[in-house]
Amino acid sequence: MIMIAAPDRTALISRLQKDILQWEGYRPPPAGTNELMGLGPVESAFPNGVFPLGTVHELVCGNTEQATACGGFVTGLLSTLMQNGGACLWIGLAGNLFPLALRTFGVEPDRVIFITLTKDKDVLWVMEEALKCAGLAAAVCEVKEIDFKQSRRLQLAVEQSHVTGFILRNRSAKMGSTACAARWNIRSLPSGQRDGVPGLGCPRWQIELLRVRNGQPGSWIMEWSGGKFRQVDGQMVEQEKLMAG
Amino acid sequence: MQKRFMAIWFRHLTTDWLTLKKPELKNVPFVFVTPERNRIIITAANPVAEAQGVYSGMAAADAQAVTLNLQGLDHIPGKEARLLRQLGLWCIRYSPIVAVDLPNGLILDISGCAHLWGGEREYLKEIVNKLRLSGYDARAAIADTAGAAWAVARYGKKTPIIASGEQANALLDLPPAALRLEPPVLDKLQKLGFRTIKSFIEIPRTVLRRRFGEPFLLRLAQALGLGDEPLVPLIPPVPYAERLPCLEPIRTKTGIEIAIRTLLEDLCTRLRSEGKGVRKAILKCYRIDGKIVQAAITTNRGSHSVSHLSRLFELQISKIEPALGIELFLLEAPKVEDVAILQEKLWAGNPGLQDTALAELLDRLAGKVGASAIRRYLPAEHYWPERSIRPAVSLTEVPSTKWRLDRPRPLRLLRRPEPVEVMALLPDYPPKVFTYKGKRHVVEKADGPERIEREWWRDKGEHRDYYAVEDSDGQRYWLFRSGHYEASPQWYLHGFFA
Repeated sequence: MIMIAAPDRTALISRLQKDILQWEGYRPPPAGTNELMGLGPVESAFPNGVFPLGTVHELVCGNTEQATACGGFVTGLLSTLMQNGGACLWIGLAGNLFPLALRTFGVEPDRVIFITLTKDKDVLWVMEEALKCAGLAAAVCEVKEIDFKQSRRLQLAVEQSHVTGFILRNRSAKMGSTACAARWNIRSLPSGQRDGVPGLGCPRWQIELLRVRNGQPGSWIMEWSGGKFRQVDGQMVEQEKLMAG
Repeated sequence: MQKRFMAIWFRHLTTDWLTLKKPELKNVPFVFVTPERNRIIITAANPVAEAQGVYSGMAAADAQAVTLNLQGLDHIPGKEARLLRQLGLWCIRYSPIVAVDLPNGLILDISGCAHLWGGEREYLKEIVNKLRLSGYDARAAIADTAGAAWAVARYGKKTPIIASGEQANALLDLPPAALRLEPPVLDKLQKLGFRTIKSFIEIPRTVLRRRFGEPFLLRLAQALGLGDEPLVPLIPPVPYAERLPCLEPIRTKTGIEIAIRTLLEDLCTRLRSEGKGVRKAILKCYRIDGKIVQAAITTNRGSHSVSHLSRLFELQISKIEPALGIELFLLEAPKVEDVAILQEKLWAGNPGLQDTALAELLDRLAGKVGASAIRRYLPAEHYWPERSIRPAVSLTEVPSTKWRLDRPRPLRLLRRPEPVEVMALLPDYPPKVFTYKGKRHVVEKADGPERIEREWWRDKGEHRDYYAVEDSDGQRYWLFRSGHYEASPQWYLHGFFA
């Protein structure tokens, strides 16, 4: 048996970990790509501290309100992905998304192509075809159920094309494991006041990373203000509560 | 072999066409008119009008003075050319070389064709009778040269068939206009007293050239057979279609795939050379049992790529039922369009909606889930929320107006607003509590009202007062009250904010 000195061993393990990340489809980020999506501390939860593009993310939604919150959060991410003229496919079951409101989150609604379907099977087929198409910036789909095998197929599709996929899981009965890079849970939170003006403030969400491949799960409060994400820390929430009385 | 030509003259081309289209005009004098130098000039008159002394080139005012209830219709530019092209294509059954002779004739190269109808006389009778039966007043003549046939068809008084080598004799008694000369030259001949061709045909060419110019001599030479006269033959459009007969009936999926590929390769080679692309293609499979099964594909943008089109057909193969076997495949492309040849980018950018890969993806999706499921939206200039967007016609259409940002709009808008029960403190205040689907929501914050009036010129009904509200859990809704608050108003939930 060959004895390895302690510092050598840690170096070896960290190198192995990096190799494993690469084999799993994570490419090491180019230098200076921190804060890619403007998500601040959320991005540091991911491996290498970079929001994984070219993978599939799933967002869990329990009801329509939550699904809308997820839609808003995803649209905010899309605004970054589509900023250099890319197009996006939005595959929906109900098809009641209002394109006009996408503009609020910085996405040009005419660059989004909506596909309205009724069956999960069709949605997943279309999603897989879309994720294989390298001409897209991103693809979003709303499904009820997705199993491990189907999510694996989607993951294999994006590994070729490097398109980013988002799956909004509406009212899923069971939450099995999937091959997605991250599982999110987004909930609406009471909005803060805008400079003491009564009425609704900027949309604010509780963002939970339930599961991250090779990363650290966590929970944050973010809001969409002035065309970008902004973290809201606990102190600010307390202060606002006090001010509101 | 001696060349023979036939000239057909349609005396009333456009008026005959209109009479065919509107039979009630048969016994009515009518003319086509067009404005020319501040006057209304007749361009064509029907036989009834001509019998009353109206001729083309006459001023319409004069014609109306001599004729009772003369109808004047607008001249249709380019109609003669289109009609002659149709008639010419029909005449290809009599001769492979048919040329349009504007404004009112056709010239056929009939060398070696007439004997198939039992001689030139029968041949000419057949064509003229068929044309007259179909409603066109036609006169025809046959001669060694196109020029002589043209002259005899219009001005000949004796026989319409000029024997080989006799064209000079036949022309002698005809007026100079039979030589297809320009009006100034005709005027000059008229002034000098040359009433027939006979009177100047013996004059030396040098003298004629000095007096009347080179074109005059060319026309004369063409009529006599001394000069060349090239015809521009009509070429009938070949439909974009390919056939593939099979020795053995095809029953397997692989067989059908190979057939589609073979057909597409032939079709795409032709399309590529003509710079066209398929927008719609239909595959017809003729089965042994006499039935025809079809599969159709459509594309968003013209394509002549074999791989893309065959992938589109692959999605349709499951709909083709071969039964006992398919013995003939027929691929038709009824809709093709010009394809712009794009310069490929040297380095990959992000082409967005103009991307070919995206267009091909959408074609495939349309083949599987139907084109109606795929939508893209553009802003419409309406305040009413349901009408503020409209579906885009094509992938390349750009918004004509800007997307509005000034008012809050929900990310999810219900197709039909759903009624909710509401408790409001004061009539015109935002609601304090509302119940949606049996769940009570306590409103903490609210914005509004934003009044949106109905477009009265489109539909009747009450206006809406919209409020954006947030409940105690931080969920945000878009509510509205229909109409004024005086009578017990109905409240609706119309959307969800992110």
